[in-house]
Amino acid sequence: MSAPKKISLHCTVNGEPRELNAYPMARLLDVLREDLRLTGTKEGCGEGECGACAVILNGELVNSCLVPAIQVQGAEILTIEGAANHPIAAQVQEAFLRHGGVQCGICSPGVILAAANLLSHDKAPSEADIRESLAGNLCRCTGYSKIVDSVAYAASDLKGTRS
Amino acid sequence: MTILRKEGREKARGAAFYVDDIAFSNLLHGTTVRSSIARGCISGISYLPGVPWDEFTIVTSKDIPGKNCIAHILHDQPCLADGLINHPEEPVVLLAHPDRHVLEKARRLVQIETKELPAVFTIEDSLARKQVIWGADNLFKSLLIEKGNVDSVWAGADRIIEGEYSTGAQEQLYLEPNGMVAKADNLSGVTVWGSMQCPFYVHHALVTALGLQADKVRVIQTETGGGFGGKEDYPSVIATHAALLSLKAGKPVKMIYDRAEDLAATTKRHPSRTRHKTAVSKSGKLLGMEVDFAIDGGAYATISSVVLSRGAIHAAGPYLCPNVRIRGHAVATNSPPNGAFRGFGAPQSIFALERHMDTIAAELGIPPEELRRRNFLHQGDQTATGQVLREKPDMEGLLEKALNAAGYHEKRKAFAEANANPETRVKKGIGFSAFMHGAGFTGSGEKMLASVAAVQATAAGRIEVLASSTEIGQGANTVFAQIVSHALGIPSDWVDVVRPDTSIVPNSGPTVASRTTMIVGKLVENAALGLREVLRQSGRLGLSHTPSDFQQALSTYVREVGPLRSDSTYKQPSHIEWDDMNYRGDAYGTFAWAVYVAEVSVDTVTYETKVDHFVAAQEVGKVIHPMLAAGQIEGGVTQGIGFAIYEEVVNRSGRMANNRLTNYIIPTSMDTPRIQVIFAENPYAHGPQGAKGIGELPLDGAAPAILNAVSFATGAPIHQIPMTPEHLLRALHGAKPEGQQL
Ligand code: FES
Ligand code: FES
Repeated sequence: MSAPKKISLHCTVNGEPRELNAYPMARLLDVLREDLRLTGTKEGCGEGECGACAVILNGELVNSCLVPAIQVQGAEILTIEGAANHPIAAQVQEAFLRHGGVQCGICSPGVILAAANLLSHDKAPSEADIRESLAGNLCRCTGYSKIVDSVAYAASDLKGTRS
Repeated sequence: MTILRKEGREKARGAAFYVDDIAFSNLLHGTTVRSSIARGCISGISYLPGVPWDEFTIVTSKDIPGKNCIAHILHDQPCLADGLINHPEEPVVLLAHPDRHVLEKARRLVQIETKELPAVFTIEDSLARKQVIWGADNLFKSLLIEKGNVDSVWAGADRIIEGEYSTGAQEQLYLEPNGMVAKADNLSGVTVWGSMQCPFYVHHALVTALGLQADKVRVIQTETGGGFGGKEDYPSVIATHAALLSLKAGKPVKMIYDRAEDLAATTKRHPSRTRHKTAVSKSGKLLGMEVDFAIDGGAYATISSVVLSRGAIHAAGPYLCPNVRIRGHAVATNSPPNGAFRGFGAPQSIFALERHMDTIAAELGIPPEELRRRNFLHQGDQTATGQVLREKPDMEGLLEKALNAAGYHEKRKAFAEANANPETRVKKGIGFSAFMHGAGFTGSGEKMLASVAAVQATAAGRIEVLASSTEIGQGANTVFAQIVSHALGIPSDWVDVVRPDTSIVPNSGPTVASRTTMIVGKLVENAALGLREVLRQSGRLGLSHTPSDFQQALSTYVREVGPLRSDSTYKQPSHIEWDDMNYRGDAYGTFAWAVYVAEVSVDTVTYETKVDHFVAAQEVGKVIHPMLAAGQIEGGVTQGIGFAIYEEVVNRSGRMANNRLTNYIIPTSMDTPRIQVIFAENPYAHGPQGAKGIGELPLDGAAPAILNAVSFATGAPIHQIPMTPEHLLRALHGAKPEGQQL
């Protein structure tokens, strides 16, 4: 069995073009955390169950622990480190801070990106919509009430700035 | 305006620094090779070909320079097995290598040869001493609480009602798995960074196992992604392992458990079995309670003795009963050791009691709320340990608030009618629980700890808080800053909470037992007032001041006189008296009081239960930060929902069979209802601004409220949790389907 070879990849991470050398099957999670030192993306389970590793890949929310590096060739990736420069994600971050959506913080990067992703598609989600769209993001601290509230506040804040 | 969470912005930006985010250029990764059998002797260890073994650092029990144990209350748990194996996840060999993937391959190539011995896996088998696997009798601790003379009441009682209740193991499931980084060398000693609740516990364990002087060991807490008790004692194991590897390798070593290892090997909530025998009068007065409470501690003592104490003391609940006998046993089994989990024994015994109270109500034909009302404790009454209540609990008031908010009476009636229709597929239920939770260490625990916290001034006129209490998501940083801000009349933004580092902060005890705000917060408050006093006496601060006067005084003092620091040491309020031999007296300085109401739907085809609505009403003294406090209640209730109906640890011959998030199920946003939180305030004289502890309380009441609701919905008395669909199917099979208990 011959050892797998690293391949060169180029993609855009948080608006910046990046050149990478990675094994094709390396997890995007590790590429972000170890190669790019973007440690805001977290690992809670490593098997697609918790959403702590969620990032936005070409406009879609994915669990980066399940994405092989080869899949990001030419892709655009938004991680939590880029959220402050993303109009919707930044508003979500602010709402989480003000309305108690953050406790221990380990789920927050994934939850905030999941919420930003929802609000990019749906400007006025109902509580049920919010709960449904966050069902892939486990949080052990908050009981979700304040997360749901934070997303709802972010939605109404965005409406204020949009109208 | 709400004060924002101190470290909230870094967390929301992904900039907070957790243990796995640490990088060193020469970092090695560490892993643990574990036993594969539950009990036996090690006859040999072999390293099979397949990896370049000379590249590895290998540590066995022979490499331990100090005592081979994880020092906690007892020294019974080895750091690495030396001949004997007592549970299926027993650590035997440690490996370190620069490449994580090669390391994982190597782990599978270590073969531990063993001779198996018969093992014990249940409370009953352990109590029956089928095998003696720990000490002389398998008992980590036994205790007896006696009040009055319970033997005198059986003969004259109108009714004697018995029941047996059990609860399963539960994983804390902090979303950040356990992990540590250690950097050790023989000259300078060892520094450990990691996810933890109790830096000085880790420090003590390292000093003991490495045989180092206390000042050669430094423990630094990194941002911690949840604890809930699961990072109380286990971090000592990983820290010691990482330090041993680092010592031998001469390089820093990172050990991060993946989820599967964390689930399989780390501590869980103790499974429990409780038997109740209760004498009551026709009118529903409690005459005598006999309780037999047993918990499964797993293979080593860890903190089982204190879990047992708290569980047993809470077993009689918020009720007045003249004659009580509570026996408690913490037993050994050949499962990985169990440990702390939010509530610490109380959720187990309170589940039993509150299900039992509903059983009694049904037997007597008295509404459950009325039965509670006839027996609640009041000021001046004596609890089961003979503690005379100085405070004024208002359980009737909480009950009324909670039931009204939930629409309990109307719903109970409407649900009973709808459920009676055999066509109804989804049965609805509503139920409640009434309970109390003692805050701070049990008995003389706080006196013995004699915790210290401090504040100090900076030259820039800011205040720093020094304490070993850790921020684990609960909001300790924010609440400490708020307490100082309130005491000194300055904005909380001018207060910084120093990251716990055993070389910098005093020992303010562990971050457990709902003690951080109430006990340590009070020390912080006193230290702040002490600092203000120094400023006043130095003539730099008048009796009344504006924030900028204060800042001015502070920076002038530092410039002209030098460093300014004020320490405060815990002094037990003089009225607290506790007899640890006989479990008599003031078990806790104060209690939080609560009534929780759950509304559920039970699908009679899929046997799925869903919690539709939840009301949590409590009195926790003064609420310092309403948003953080409500967040504690909502999170705790949600863990209680998991405890009640979702979370099952499947134990196969001592090993967790479902150690993945695909099959160990915790509540998601879809499984969690809106939780209505109600606070009644009744300031506690010895808490900062009148606050009491709050963290553990919500875990106590959720499960019994839910199961009381499920029993109401199904008409079947259900005495066991977790009540997953499979268990519900079994429980209902054979139960009379014709409707309600009342
Ligand atoms: S770490 Fe990727 S989903 Fe949990
Ligand atoms: S805030 Fe801790 S897991 Fe969500």
